[in-house]
Amino acid sequence: MKKYLIPLTIMILLFSVFAFPVLAANKPPEKGESLPAINLPIPKNLDERSYLGLSGSGTFKIPQIKAKVVIVEIYSMYCPYCQKDAPGVNELYRLIENNPDIKNKIKLIGIGAGNTPYEVEIFKKTYNVPFPLFPDKDYAIHKACGEVRTPYFMVIKINEDGTHQIVHTQLGNYPGAEPFLELVLKASGLK
Amino acid sequence: MDKKRFTHILLIIGVLSVFVSVPMAFAISDAYKGNIYQPGTLKPNDSKLKVKVGDPAPDFKLPSTSGEKVSLSQYRGKKNVILSFVPAAWTPVCSDQWPGYNIAKDFFNQYDAILLGITVDNIPTLFAWTNQMGHLWFPILSDFWPHGAVAKKYGVLRSDGVSERALLVIDKKGIIRYIDVHDINKRPPLEELMKALEKLK
Repeated sequence: MKKYLIPLTIMILLFSVFAFPVLAANKPPEKGESLPAINLPIPKNLDERSYLGLSGSGTFKIPQIKAKVVIVEIYSMYCPYCQKDAPGVNELYRLIENNPDIKNKIKLIGIGAGNTPYEVEIFKKTYNVPFPLFPDKDYAIHKACGEVRTPYFMVIKINEDGTHQIVHTQLGNYPGAEPFLELVLKASGLK
Repeated sequence: MDKKRFTHILLIIGVLSVFVSVPMAFAISDAYKGNIYQPGTLKPNDSKLKVKVGDPAPDFKLPSTSGEKVSLSQYRGKKNVILSFVPAAWTPVCSDQWPGYNIAKDFFNQYDAILLGITVDNIPTLFAWTNQMGHLWFPILSDFWPHGAVAKKYGVLRSDGVSERALLVIDKKGIIRYIDVHDINKRPPLEELMKALEKLK
């Protein structure tokens, strides 16, 4: 038995380090749950950093964004539906930013599943996306989110004590900026 | 470490690599819903190139989904050409690749480049499949009959009759300037192609 001890230990270690995150999420995050562990880089762009209420460098977790509600869209520049919805999602950003009652309460970010930083830039430039987009080059976040199809929307309510909860999720079927904002306001209790 | 123990460790790492090297092969857009066939992980490459960088690109003429026949030589002296061979319609990765190129038209224009998408599928299949991608700005060509003849001429036809996932950049003089026969299971990052186009300037 002793001779198997070292290989066995190595096997368990390797399995826990590499395989576990891959197998961890077998379904997309849903309403009532917490977000999986997602670390995003603090944007270098000053406007984006200030939009999210972040400072410094390194990484952050979504509930650290200075807001009561964060809308996350998991998208891909290679996804036709995400392309089609892009102008409507931009409109959602503008509706929020132009309304002083909710401007500082709701923030919007996008995560490009399997997209390199260059590919994220192409999507941003093509559609003039005004909110922060983050690359997920190796599909790590996509995997943590149960390999969701795209676009996948998550509405996250951030509580005063720093805890958070997913209050709405939706695969595709983006209804347009106004109905979606109405849905976000109701689901998060802001209205 | 004795030989036996070393063999054990190698064996275990080998088994684990199956778990950790799950290919990044997704057709994740909801646009295709359940219509994507999952072929599983395939041998990364399964052909032998018959052309190399610096060679004149073999000419061809193929039917396109718009009904016109398109030849490589019609762009000679006018446009740089990117040939994008993808293995098959309605499969992962391929279904994601061209929609991405579709929104990058301005970036291709910067390099005075036209993209030609090629598969060994027939025209009706290509028509139905590419319609799911929205309106594509570049021609989609069918290398169906004689089956895979163009792919074979370039040396990117696999032993099972589909083509490799290959990108070739051909300059205005008709000379091949870049070849990427990519791992069939993975989508080539767009920046690599753009870097190759940048070199034509």
